[in-house]
Amino acid sequence: MLPELGHFALILALLLAALQAFFGIAGPAFARERWTRAVTPALAGQAVMVVTAVVCLANAFIGNDFSVQYVAHNSNTALPLFYRVTALWGAHEGSLLLWILLLSLWSVAVAIRSTSLPPNFAARVLGVLGVVSFGFLLFTLATSNPFVRLDPPWPDGQDLNPILQDPGLAVHPPILYTGYVGFAVAFAFACAAMLEGRLDQAWARWTRPWTTVAWAFLTCGIALGSFWAYYELGWGGFWFWDPVENASFMPWLVGTALVHSLAVTDKRGLFKSWTLLLAILAFSLSMLGTFLVRSGVLVSVHSFAADPSRGMFILVFLILMIGGALSLYAWRAPLLRSSAGFELGARESFLLFNNVLLVIAAATVLAGTLAPLISDALKLGTVSVGPPYFNPTFMLSMLPLTALLSVGIHANWKRGRLKDKQRTLLLSLVAAAVLGVGLSFGVYTGGHVLTPVGETLGLWIVIASLVDPIDRWRRGLSLSRAIVGMTIAHLGLATAVIGLTTVQSFTVERDVALSPGEVTQVGSYQLRFEGVKPIEGPNYSGVGGTFLVTRNGAPVAVLTPQKRQFWVQRQVTSETAITFTRGNNLLLALGDDLGAGRWSVRVQIRPLVSLVWLAALIMAIGGAVAASDRRYQAAKVPVPAPTSAVPGQA
Amino acid sequence: MNRFLIPLGVFALLAVVLVIGIFHSPDKGIIVSPLLGKPAPTFALPALLEEQRTVSTQELKGRWYLLNVWGTWCGECRAEHEMLLKVKQSGTVPLIGMDWKDDDVQARAWLVQLGNPYETVVVDRDGRAAIDWGVYGAPETFLVNPAGIIVYKHVGALTDEVWTREILPRLTGAAVKS
Repeated sequence: MLPELGHFALILALLLAALQAFFGIAGPAFARERWTRAVTPALAGQAVMVVTAVVCLANAFIGNDFSVQYVAHNSNTALPLFYRVTALWGAHEGSLLLWILLLSLWSVAVAIRSTSLPPNFAARVLGVLGVVSFGFLLFTLATSNPFVRLDPPWPDGQDLNPILQDPGLAVHPPILYTGYVGFAVAFAFACAAMLEGRLDQAWARWTRPWTTVAWAFLTCGIALGSFWAYYELGWGGFWFWDPVENASFMPWLVGTALVHSLAVTDKRGLFKSWTLLLAILAFSLSMLGTFLVRSGVLVSVHSFAADPSRGMFILVFLILMIGGALSLYAWRAPLLRSSAGFELGARESFLLFNNVLLVIAAATVLAGTLAPLISDALKLGTVSVGPPYFNPTFMLSMLPLTALLSVGIHANWKRGRLKDKQRTLLLSLVAAAVLGVGLSFGVYTGGHVLTPVGETLGLWIVIASLVDPIDRWRRGLSLSRAIVGMTIAHLGLATAVIGLTTVQSFTVERDVALSPGEVTQVGSYQLRFEGVKPIEGPNYSGVGGTFLVTRNGAPVAVLTPQKRQFWVQRQVTSETAITFTRGNNLLLALGDDLGAGRWSVRVQIRPLVSLVWLAALIMAIGGAVAASDRRYQAAKVPVPAPTSAVPGQA
Repeated sequence: MNRFLIPLGVFALLAVVLVIGIFHSPDKGIIVSPLLGKPAPTFALPALLEEQRTVSTQELKGRWYLLNVWGTWCGECRAEHEMLLKVKQSGTVPLIGMDWKDDDVQARAWLVQLGNPYETVVVDRDGRAAIDWGVYGAPETFLVNPAGIIVYKHVGALTDEVWTREILPRLTGAAVKS
């Protein structure tokens, strides 16, 4: 019964989302106040129905109801309870449901906090969110219903994909999706502003915290995915420029540009149409990511469930949604003129560079991701685009970006009087260069030409971003949370730059064959192989190896990488073992049994790789702090007088 | 020219690429097997249903056959089973099953319970033969001609569509030519 209830709840949610969209958009357009007021109840109903559906599906997973096809395909009685819950979003249907759930929750959050917004504007925002909800609900019901029954039910399920049986799976998709879906809010704000035909600084102030929070979640989500791929997949790296990774990285780049461009719109009332475009793009790229992952258009390690009919549906939805928003943009954006100007060398010009560079970076990633598709469509043969393309092109836009950041944060709004800051900038650059070159030649030796450059730029950001806040603090001046948050996020970026530069230059990767008792030297570490022992898990068996790691005779760690054979899917996964010591990250993965106790072992040393993930966390914390600034809390507008003619149809 | 139309234009171009991409994608899901047009890898494996008997690729030569890789642990194989029974009923081409990394007892029970579409089932317990054939997931189906050459490979469950569009024409086309 419960699966049918869940299915029914989804259908009701679809209808309520349609009402939400209709009331939200038509109410203000035809000045029907009763319609406008009906948006919130429709949304509330939609959210309750979506939660009901999720609970029904979770119940089927927990209760091992293998008459539900999705459960039978992705769970098993031997699967531990924790993974039976997270298996909910372990495959296509469930991850869509998670998308929808998060979208409902974001919409409810907007509705709750929208009391400070003009009612017509709030209704339009919720209406646009209703359109998005409707599209995804229709997609789920039409092509990917998770409640389809099996007759007869299977005696036992097929188990969750073993590589997804990891705590990483529990957190990575929900956090990543929260970020993706969060950009829907910025998108809705942008569409609502275009429907109104009006965009002022107050609009930017309402949009900013939502965008920043979504951006912070996306940052965390991407980093978690990278970390998970590093230790679970054992591919030997933390970033592969895989289409799915790119799909999450492109909205992040554009979202970062949006966060900065919103700052300009908020403070100076400039970049209005550009900000709108970025808000549309950030969410469009999120949806494009969903399309690329779910349609099977691009072959990717992540495409567990590729189906062209689903792809067609998403594509049509994508064209209607993005095409509609961009048409609205072409029609309404010309109305939004900014009268103010700024000088070259003013903060606005640096933020413009920031935006242009970030969008170029996103465009190069998009081009690289779609290149195989384009070349195939033009019958130029199958191409594959990898790190040799992505690494240099990405760096080309990122190096100037980091250099300009250090200068830009010292620039004034409106006026280009950088001369006053010349001394500070030069001194900080010299200090950073001394430290950076010292670090790359002192602590590590050799490396790439770009190593000292990268480290210098990273350290320059650290010093340059701290100069002002420390100065204000010493003079006893207050620091707003927005400034503190910004500084933290910039320090996060610096951490990422330093970490990436170091790890790219000093990684050691070796594949060795070892017999029990044998010792091998890798980098500055000695590895002693103690042999392998059989292991038993709840739904797998396998072997675990023991390695004694020492450095100059001093013990460092005992590492126990495993190879697991999962009973149901017959898949073998490699569980890597990692130790973090002195900034080094030593990773061991068991390879193949070479017979007579000999095993092949993959050893990787990546100095400072942890900094890359830590950097994402720092950036996200920065975003959270900035979003909690009092300015956004106090952004209540006075209740508009009835005469305030809202130029609904300009 | 309205410069605000540019994003829409760029998106329209992108949409065209994606539409083309999606119409191409049915062939892309299939990883082109390097074995196509090459002699089928040889094996000599125990038969599932006849004790002590070993079946080798040598015996299979001289006629068309479909080699179907399956296992009781594979859900898609269950979905595919009905189609396999239909193929058997049509009597067009014999099906040779390769029971991949499976439990013999369960496999026999499966065939009793669901019906046996195969002429012979060989057991590939450790998956060595499947590796030779380049199998990367069950179910997979290979069409082999009388000369022992692999002429077609299908990844995933065999469907009516694949049967009528890909396999039958190859069988009848060959019959007309000879």
